[in-house]
Amino acid sequence: MIELIKQPWSWYFSGFMIVMVMLILVFWGKSFGFSSNLRTICTLAGAGKRLNFFDFNWKAQRWNLLFLIGSIIGGYLSAHYLSAPQAMKLSSVTIHDLRKLGITFNGELNPEELFSLQALKSPKTVFILLIGGLMVGFGSRYAGGCTSGHAISGLSNLQVPSLIAVIGFFIGGLIMTFLIIPFII
Amino acid sequence: MKSLKYILAGILFGVVMSKSEAISWFRIQEMFRFQSFHMYGIIGTAIILGIISVFIIKKLKLKDVSGKIIVFQNKEPHYRKYIYGGIIFGLGWALTGACPGPMFVNMGYGYLSMLVVIIGALLGTYLYGLLKDKLPH
Repeated sequence: MIELIKQPWSWYFSGFMIVMVMLILVFWGKSFGFSSNLRTICTLAGAGKRLNFFDFNWKAQRWNLLFLIGSIIGGYLSAHYLSAPQAMKLSSVTIHDLRKLGITFNGELNPEELFSLQALKSPKTVFILLIGGLMVGFGSRYAGGCTSGHAISGLSNLQVPSLIAVIGFFIGGLIMTFLIIPFII
Repeated sequence: MKSLKYILAGILFGVVMSKSEAISWFRIQEMFRFQSFHMYGIIGTAIILGIISVFIIKKLKLKDVSGKIIVFQNKEPHYRKYIYGGIIFGLGWALTGACPGPMFVNMGYGYLSMLVVIIGALLGTYLYGLLKDKLPH
């Protein structure tokens, strides 16, 4: 069983499992949306005293925080007990294109140039990660959801606003990939 | 016990995100460069199965574990916030290769520098709360 899970997962099994996670939460009376946790954490840090937006009953989101803690554990378990011995099968065209930008594909999930602790010594890298995260946090709250809330939950429920948000995700992603990343990385 | 089940669901989510490679910066770059079907296959499968499941749940008026009929909230019918917010989100997603879930999964995976991205995301969320009333929605 463990040997089977360790293999790299096909896209169809992965997609199926994401829906399973969504349905588990739906049958528990909850709705799958991860970015709400960012707001809840701000509230727990005391942001509700300054801004109304954070002054809400965070206890209704307690389950989601537990889900967040679980996701960290899930990442840990995957790295230590479930990772495949072979390198990730990234497209050779992508490997080639990224090499031109100075990013080497090492067979791992994330490039060392951006995500190793060594890379954090460069203020530019810290700035890139911080600003990137800031845009994800700001954008997901502005759009009222992220990939889980809009692309998965929202589109499953045929919500036009979610379709607009997902189109936005792609417009932003393409601008960053083709017009900005080549000049800043 | 009630707490444990949400942690277990989160663990499942973390494993699914890791094993599907959806938490990979490389995979997100590959997706935005249209150089592989992988991410489109994952999201596409999830959406198609999701649409079918939601349809069945509504049609059969299925109940959740507490016995309440499952209702799916409709998103507010504003449009500007979705496009503006979506674009800003997409810019950050392509740069860091991580949307909110994968940030935390990656940290658990051992990419401790993701903490910088998470701090950024919390600052961004706070900034939205600060500017909310001045933004077009």
